[in-house]
Amino acid sequence: MLPYLSLAIWVPIVAGLLVLAVNRDRDAPAARWLALVGAVAGFAVTIPLYTQFTLGTAEMQFVETIEWIPRFSVNYLLGVDGISVLFILLNSFITVLAVWAGWVVIQTRVAQYMAAFLIMSGLINGVFASLDAVLFYVFFEAQLIPMYLIIGVWGGPNRIYAALKFFLYTFLGSVLMLVALIYLYTVSGSFSILEWYQLPLSLKTQEWLFAAFFIAFAVKVPMWPVHTWLPDAHVEAPTGGSVVLAAITLKVGAYGFVRFILPILPDASHYLAGFVITLSLVAVVYIGFVALVQPDMKKLIAYSSISHMGFVTLGFFLFSQLGIEGGLVQMISHGFVSAALFLCVGVLYDRMHSRLIGDYGGVVNTMPKFAAFAMLFAMANAALPGTSGFVGEFLVILAAVKANFWLGFLAATIMILGAAYTLWMYKRVWFGDVANAGVAALKDVSKREFWLLATLVAAILALGIYPKPFTDVMHASVAQLLTQVAQSKQ
Amino acid sequence: MSIAFNFGAALPEIVLASAACVILVVDLFVPDSRRQISYWLTQLTLLAAAYLTLVSPDDTPLRAFGNMYVTDKLADVLKLFAYVAVSLTLFYSRGYLAARGLFRGETFVLMLTALLGMMVMISANSFVTLYLGLELMSLSLYAMVALQRESERAVEASMKYFVLGALASGFLLYGMSMLYGATGTLEITGVADAIVNAHSNRVILVFGLVFVVSSIAFKLGAVPYHMWIPDVYDGAPTAVTLFIGSAPKLAAFAFAMRLLVGSLSALAFDWQGMLLVLSLLSMLFGNIIAIAQSSIKRMLAYSTIANMGFMLMGFLGATSDAYSAAMFYTVTYVLTTLVGFGVVLLLSREGFEADRLDDFKGLNQRSPWYAFMMLLAMFSLAGVPPTVGFYAKFSVIAAAVDIGLVWLAVVAVMASLVGALRVAKPGCCCRSTDSHCFCLAFFRRR
Repeated sequence: MLPYLSLAIWVPIVAGLLVLAVNRDRDAPAARWLALVGAVAGFAVTIPLYTQFTLGTAEMQFVETIEWIPRFSVNYLLGVDGISVLFILLNSFITVLAVWAGWVVIQTRVAQYMAAFLIMSGLINGVFASLDAVLFYVFFEAQLIPMYLIIGVWGGPNRIYAALKFFLYTFLGSVLMLVALIYLYTVSGSFSILEWYQLPLSLKTQEWLFAAFFIAFAVKVPMWPVHTWLPDAHVEAPTGGSVVLAAITLKVGAYGFVRFILPILPDASHYLAGFVITLSLVAVVYIGFVALVQPDMKKLIAYSSISHMGFVTLGFFLFSQLGIEGGLVQMISHGFVSAALFLCVGVLYDRMHSRLIGDYGGVVNTMPKFAAFAMLFAMANAALPGTSGFVGEFLVILAAVKANFWLGFLAATIMILGAAYTLWMYKRVWFGDVANAGVAALKDVSKREFWLLATLVAAILALGIYPKPFTDVMHASVAQLLTQVAQSKQ
Repeated sequence: MSIAFNFGAALPEIVLASAACVILVVDLFVPDSRRQISYWLTQLTLLAAAYLTLVSPDDTPLRAFGNMYVTDKLADVLKLFAYVAVSLTLFYSRGYLAARGLFRGETFVLMLTALLGMMVMISANSFVTLYLGLELMSLSLYAMVALQRESERAVEASMKYFVLGALASGFLLYGMSMLYGATGTLEITGVADAIVNAHSNRVILVFGLVFVVSSIAFKLGAVPYHMWIPDVYDGAPTAVTLFIGSAPKLAAFAFAMRLLVGSLSALAFDWQGMLLVLSLLSMLFGNIIAIAQSSIKRMLAYSTIANMGFMLMGFLGATSDAYSAAMFYTVTYVLTTLVGFGVVLLLSREGFEADRLDDFKGLNQRSPWYAFMMLLAMFSLAGVPPTVGFYAKFSVIAAAVDIGLVWLAVVAVMASLVGALRVAKPGCCCRSTDSHCFCLAFFRRR
């Protein structure tokens, strides 16, 4: 069997380095095609991960291990279970779209732009595939650099501020995690994450470790109140950057919760569940209201992302099969929906060079096809049944109501708030009379944009109508995760 | 002790010393247009020394000159990296030196004698040899800083360096005399034996130790003995700054290893407490003050201070793993500094020093490769993976956590976060007029 996980990591990275070789801007078409081929190849090598995945077992699959730094018993140890495998596919898929989305808009330093996306894609696959903590940390940190450059070099007018804020927030969180990882190593003598699942730890120790991991992942998710970097980063990032940021990098944080915090620190997780649930609900409700008043479309979607990710963490800390699966489905769904919405904003921004809702109105008159797409994505964001957004939110709300009615009640406000801010934005931008000459001159989506959006429509509807292929993969792993969380380690 | 002169153990040093004399003489007869000859002779000397070091058998430590001199594995590795550092420094600074009339025999010879001093320090097995090496290195460095005679800043920096360096040498000699008084021997291994076997007066030993640690801290540039570093780095010609910032750190590491671990390991409990304070202060002060710098040379100077603090963390572990972490850190630091200052050097043109952060404005448009390399060096100094700086930081932090100093590890990573501010400084970016930060300069369009 081929080492599919290594391929998933290294194919995009090598492709990215090749693209870098086509450095001159007059060779841009070559760079674009090479990047697209690389991204598609990167996606292609991840497909066997799904087709050859053995259902019904929580064991790690596609395991690869090579000795790396023997002195610290660090290994190049890869493997996926039902929780992580889907994110590798999602990430490789979104990378294809991100490369495609920058096809026309990016005219300066094309090769470097494309290469940054490909390399980042490989690194993020590494995050999801690592079973060794040092390897995980290296990928976790390294993927900051391409995103930092994407925002800093190709971003909007205030890009420097946004890039720095992004970098520093995430770096702050992760350095403390590094100490936690090293501490776990000195206690256990190994950097293998799976071995840590069996490691007995006192509650006091678990609480400290929880704090370190929690800061790292909460910043990344991002949870209220450490979310402020996200709207800034989104507003300044180029469209492709926003797509990857929302669809993938946020998932890395949430993934950390299920890979590290819940199974390694079960007692602290139970002890502090109320705290995490409170923060999640604040994100859902308060950030939902914040999203309502945003004048900037990208900011609105960014706040909507925070609110939706709050749902994910809420689901995780309910400690039930429904909650955790709901959270995971929500992560995948949000990957598609937020990517689609940011692409829509990109389509408009490329034509009008404005993201302000007030600059638009009546877009449906000039861009009917585009309006249809946007309608579907807006509905998915508002969790309309039949779209992917519904599945995850429904599962989490169900789990929340089972745990406590009022918890479910507060969580369910996302249905109302989500519908309110998304559809209100839709009304103001797309409906009504043509607002100004700019809107009147708009041309409908090009063939490239059409297929870009159509792919996402297919994904959103597939997950919404028949989520079984996705949830089947998760069952066994989530069940095992639940037994791990239920076991006290003291 | 029947170890006679055994010249073989010091062959690279002997070759280097003779070559330095030859180059000095040859340079007299070389016209200015042919100055390349001296340059290539210097590189050739380094190559020859590297070859001799490589082929020397290092399974068992070779001792020479009545056990005052030792060539072991540690010495070989450190020396090899010192050759690499000096060779690269020379290579990078060719254009810079030529543009400033410093492409002269004196420069090369001083570099070689400084290197010789470092090698003697690295291989010293006696307090006297150690001191000899230290002085040879320091005197050459003082002269190198002042090479640009017409530059007031350079001369001032040289004076500062000299006065403070002389003070540190005084400390060292005073400390050594105390240790000699307590143990009756100057031999490094002998002192270790004497402390363990003969019950020496502990008060005198610790008293001497304080002075020895102070001089080590001075050579490394650890807070509060760091005052000379920013001024010297800033005042010296950039090529010399590169030289001072690289190879001598290896020698300083060996200096600390030989003294603290080689001879005073019985007092480890005492010096660990001192190093803990030095390490903590250096990490915090170095990283915090670095933010406020507008000159890239000063910024790198404070970054040196901070990095030496990290390196000292490795000494706290008092196990061979921890020492090797510290050594790995030193080597990594030297290599990264070479890149950082190397880019500064290559960007400095005739009559123009690229030493303000402003000078880097729009660098990634002018020369994307240099910008990329600089960015990598900065990420490495801040310890962001997958750069080597991360692995170095990782191993010293692991050494600290291993002995239960988790709080120190937390302080260290927080300090490295502040260090990342150097790469990515937000305060300045809020104010559009202030451009004192690298990233800003990096991303800003000209």
